[in-house]
Amino acid sequence: MPTPFDTVFPLRCARVHEVCGPSATAFAVVAAAGGTQPVIWIREAWRGEGLNPVALAEFFDPARLLVVQSRDVVDALAVAEEALRDGCVPMVVLEAGRALDLREGRRLQLAAKTGKSTGLCLIAEGAGSNAAETRWHAAPLHDSEREDSTLMRWEIIKNKTGTFGAWDVRWESQTHRLDVVSAARLGAGSTGAPG
Amino acid sequence: MWFPRLASERVLRVRPVEGPFALTLKEQNAERIYCLNARAEALGLSRGMSFADARAFCPDLLSREADSMGDARFLGVLRRWATRYCPWVGIEGEDGLVLDVSGAAHLWGGEGEMLADMRARAARAGLSLRLGLGDTRGAAWALARHGEGIAPPGEMRAALAALPVAGLRLSPTEVTGLARLGLRTIGEVMNTARAPLARRFGAGVLLRLDQALGEVPEAVSPEADPPHYGVRLSFPEPIGLEADVMAGAARLLEALCAKLQENEAGARVLCLELRRVDQGSQQVELRLAAPMREAARILPLFERGVGEVEAGFGIDQMRLVARVVEPLPIRQIGHATQTGADRLNDLISRIGTRVGLENIQRFLPADSHIPERSFIVSPAAYSVPGGSWVALRPRPLRLFPPEPIAGHGPRPPARFRWRRMALSTARATGPERIAPEWWLEDDAWRGGMRDYWKVETREGRRLWLYHTPQAPGWFVQGEFA
Repeated sequence: MPTPFDTVFPLRCARVHEVCGPSATAFAVVAAAGGTQPVIWIREAWRGEGLNPVALAEFFDPARLLVVQSRDVVDALAVAEEALRDGCVPMVVLEAGRALDLREGRRLQLAAKTGKSTGLCLIAEGAGSNAAETRWHAAPLHDSEREDSTLMRWEIIKNKTGTFGAWDVRWESQTHRLDVVSAARLGAGSTGAPG
Repeated sequence: MWFPRLASERVLRVRPVEGPFALTLKEQNAERIYCLNARAEALGLSRGMSFADARAFCPDLLSREADSMGDARFLGVLRRWATRYCPWVGIEGEDGLVLDVSGAAHLWGGEGEMLADMRARAARAGLSLRLGLGDTRGAAWALARHGEGIAPPGEMRAALAALPVAGLRLSPTEVTGLARLGLRTIGEVMNTARAPLARRFGAGVLLRLDQALGEVPEAVSPEADPPHYGVRLSFPEPIGLEADVMAGAARLLEALCAKLQENEAGARVLCLELRRVDQGSQQVELRLAAPMREAARILPLFERGVGEVEAGFGIDQMRLVARVVEPLPIRQIGHATQTGADRLNDLISRIGTRVGLENIQRFLPADSHIPERSFIVSPAAYSVPGGSWVALRPRPLRLFPPEPIAGHGPRPPARFRWRRMALSTARATGPERIAPEWWLEDDAWRGGMRDYWKVETREGRRLWLYHTPQAPGWFVQGEFA
């Protein structure tokens, strides 16, 4: 029986999740949309690829976004832990420059539990930490029917409390909501068993 | 106390000049002389003269631009200095001080000695000073500006009678008006019938006269010293434990916050100075995201900084100073208070102690078509969110420095390689031409105008490509969601 989408998204609160793939940024932005509270986005200062707030406005009000530029991964992790533990920011996004080990992942997980806020790590493909609650792979899809479409395939590739699944989703910028177009076939190699 | 050449002497104190010197001030599109030194005055230059004329008279005139803010600050310093004579010191106009020396003169051995001391000290500081001492503020003013000296008690009328009417603190039009009536000295005004004067000039002239003669009271209002936000603590025995230092900091913070509370202010930058036994001193600076004065909230923010301090043989003195203070009015505590904003500010301060407060940023909209310049990144602690975000055409979610790809012609290539991926174009939307902002120097836009295309590839990636027709080439600058 396929996993219903609404049991896995929005992401479970008070946990840290991971997302990889080319559309990871879009996934994070959609996950942060909704609500009026601030979002903290932690990135390392040396990275060239920046968010474009003009495009961000299609998902949520850029005034909600606080970008923290950290010197290195250690600082980024410390800031993420601090922000998650405080709990006044419901969503903390961390662009991790390297794979997190179990200790670091677990610390973030505990901090999120204390602060009851959601963490999301943007990771490189295959660089996940075992402590993550769920891990997603997000990739854009070509939409032959619509122009200016944001069709993406979101695939859940690790889930501590459920099964896997894959969905084709699209962000509707007019209504500011996520449309699940169809439940897609699972990608090759995934078994569907809980991880 | 009148400092007739305050502005120029302030500048000359820093950089002495032998010859004639003048400060100029731009007034109504003309450079006018604002203040002169004695040499220049001796050569026949005067205040208010146009600077071009002055240079024609005196070719070797040196000049600088006047800085009225600096002069005001300097006068404030002089005011503090003057409290050595009496506690009641106010500022009089732009270049004078008014001292209420009643009951203070005998400490200096009499009025004459006191004035002599003032003169000697001002001369040592390189300031020309003119003094007037009278029973009233008006009389002292007149004496300082027009004929120095002391008016002995009871003989003020006689002392003032010979002075010109300008000594009554009147406007130039009133002075000329009185001169037209033949009234040139204060004595002549005193002896004239009051009713016609009042009818002609209004109450102002007579008020000034009465103030000078002491018939209408006039108070000296002393300036209050700005509050000093610093507290210190000395220990009989040096301390070295982190918990002890924090306890000391807690005590200092309580005293400081009480002071801030009293003045309805909040600290923005705090500095904790720890003096060690071996005379070394270490500083812990704390920059806050919002003005604050709750000791309990500030104290935890010091933990990280204090943890890094090297205690050595022990710390025997602590000093806490609020370097930057902002007004923070007392707020009503109610159910509608913004605890969320407070908590967020605390979090920003705490993160700021680790990565620096300026590294926590927010985006503000900017008015530009250039994609990289359509937003401003500014520190969150020093800006408020605002403005509206408008995108006339779709914009990529990620922007990166342009990456060249192979391509020819004005239309996007059907196949291309980008980041070692082979991509084929499925749909291309465009072009959207963006011209560089020629009024700004920008190396990235040297290639001239750009034709932007949104290219949706068969592989899924949606890229923002541009073509530079003036220097043919294709680049990828962003990726859509």
